[in-house]
Amino acid sequence: MRQAIGGLGLLGMVWAAPAWAAGPAPLAAQGCVGCHGPNGMGVAQGARLAGREAAEIEALMRAFRANERPGTIMNRIARGYTDEEIVAISRHFAAIR
Amino acid sequence: MTLTRRAALGASLAALAAPSLGRAQGAARLLVIGGGFGGATAARFARLSYPELQVTLVEPLARFITCPYGNLLLGGYRQIGDITHSYDGLRAAGIRVVQDWAEGIDAAGKRVRLRGGETLGYDKLILSPGIAIRWGGLPGYDEAASQVFPHAWIPGDGSQTQLLRRQLEAMPDGGVVGLSIPANPFRCPPGPYERISMIAAYLKRHKPRSKILALDAKDAFSKQGLFQDGWKALYGEMVEWVPANKDGKVARVDPAERVFETEFGVRHKVAVGNVIPPQSAARLVLDSGLAATTGWAEIDPATFAVRSAPDIHIVGDAINGAPMPKSGYIANSTAKQAVASAVAALRGTPAPDAVYFNTCYSHVGEEYGISIVGIFRPGAPGGNPGFVEVPNSGGVSPRGDLPEQRRLEAIYADTWYASITKDMFG
Repeated sequence: MRQAIGGLGLLGMVWAAPAWAAGPAPLAAQGCVGCHGPNGMGVAQGARLAGREAAEIEALMRAFRANERPGTIMNRIARGYTDEEIVAISRHFAAIR
Repeated sequence: MTLTRRAALGASLAALAAPSLGRAQGAARLLVIGGGFGGATAARFARLSYPELQVTLVEPLARFITCPYGNLLLGGYRQIGDITHSYDGLRAAGIRVVQDWAEGIDAAGKRVRLRGGETLGYDKLILSPGIAIRWGGLPGYDEAASQVFPHAWIPGDGSQTQLLRRQLEAMPDGGVVGLSIPANPFRCPPGPYERISMIAAYLKRHKPRSKILALDAKDAFSKQGLFQDGWKALYGEMVEWVPANKDGKVARVDPAERVFETEFGVRHKVAVGNVIPPQSAARLVLDSGLAATTGWAEIDPATFAVRSAPDIHIVGDAINGAPMPKSGYIANSTAKQAVASAVAALRGTPAPDAVYFNTCYSHVGEEYGISIVGIFRPGAPGGNPGFVEVPNSGGVSPRGDLPEQRRLEAIYADTWYASITKDMFG
């Protein structure tokens, strides 16, 4: 994962465009956009992820994963991801403005 | 943006990037066949994530009607326009959209022949052509029979779903609506059962003395407990589901007599019949020799490349992706990995680590939604050659009397539809 993120992050810096500040998302973060809007910008009841603090997203994901926070569906989802992926997802959306 | 400006931009970006994606002359060409959940996603993701790519999408239809939410037309909760999407957003993003059929693939020459006469060359090809109905797979069910017993399983121009809706509207109260449901694998595992639910919702409001007889070639199905709880709670005794081990498998259909005949010879007369037929990968995949004897394409689970033709990637319902479902979300998720892998190969770098995500919501009734979640990864090298589900993750909605959970999941289902179609079409 680290290698892939590093590579994509580098390209993101080279090719940065305002809406795509973080470059192509790590593939793990792409799973989120089916409900949270393209780029995590939020759609309908799919909460906006873009621009939130990475620590906040990370803490939410960990709480869902540990069943410490009630969820309709996010607790089932969060259990599928590794610590590294949760960090990558959180940083990715935090970097989008 | 004009072509010239884009080409110039592409060239300058390619010059900045190392290693370069560029061909000897011009930008690398990504050709996508099929404009559904896999193909539209691949084209748009490629265009936005890798602006130096020249992206072409070939799709025979002018507009895309989604399979997801088609059942809500039957329930009366959506109209066809609500689930119809234009390709204008993809064009605006700089994708060349060619409205034509792909007729043949020359893997060695890296080009695709179109029915209209044009031949398109590619550096990387993403195929997402969907499914074909195996006409003849169910005796008595051919294209003519589908005008009597609509399948409504490949939306096309929407006529099949609308035919089924009109038949339900024309049916007298007290009629039997029959469904014939196939063995695995098939497109959208929970789809037949959401369809039962939405037909029941319509009948309950308009024809409450009617029955639904669902004849199944399987003994179990996706989200079974949740669906059956919901049917009981919302529709009482209206739905009868008959598994294969209770002679539920339909062995032939007789459209002239409006009969579904089971393996053991029981002839069920139906007022309206919906045949969800056996399926395979789309014709293009079969005709190009890209399907295994199962009728589905085998691909590398980390890149979706075809082993015998590594510049061709196949995503969506045409592949054997088990245990991943043939779903729109999986097509969307895996299409991005296929594109990222194709780009990595062009750059001579390793494919990114893969994780695939699926959620399938189903509407059981108004304000009554249920879901199944799955997170998948490629099998470990030397171990499982396909896909594996992440242990202790995902799964179905909790069972029990949970009205708020059901209400929220119905809302989240609508959110999913809005979000993923925006991700696909802009």
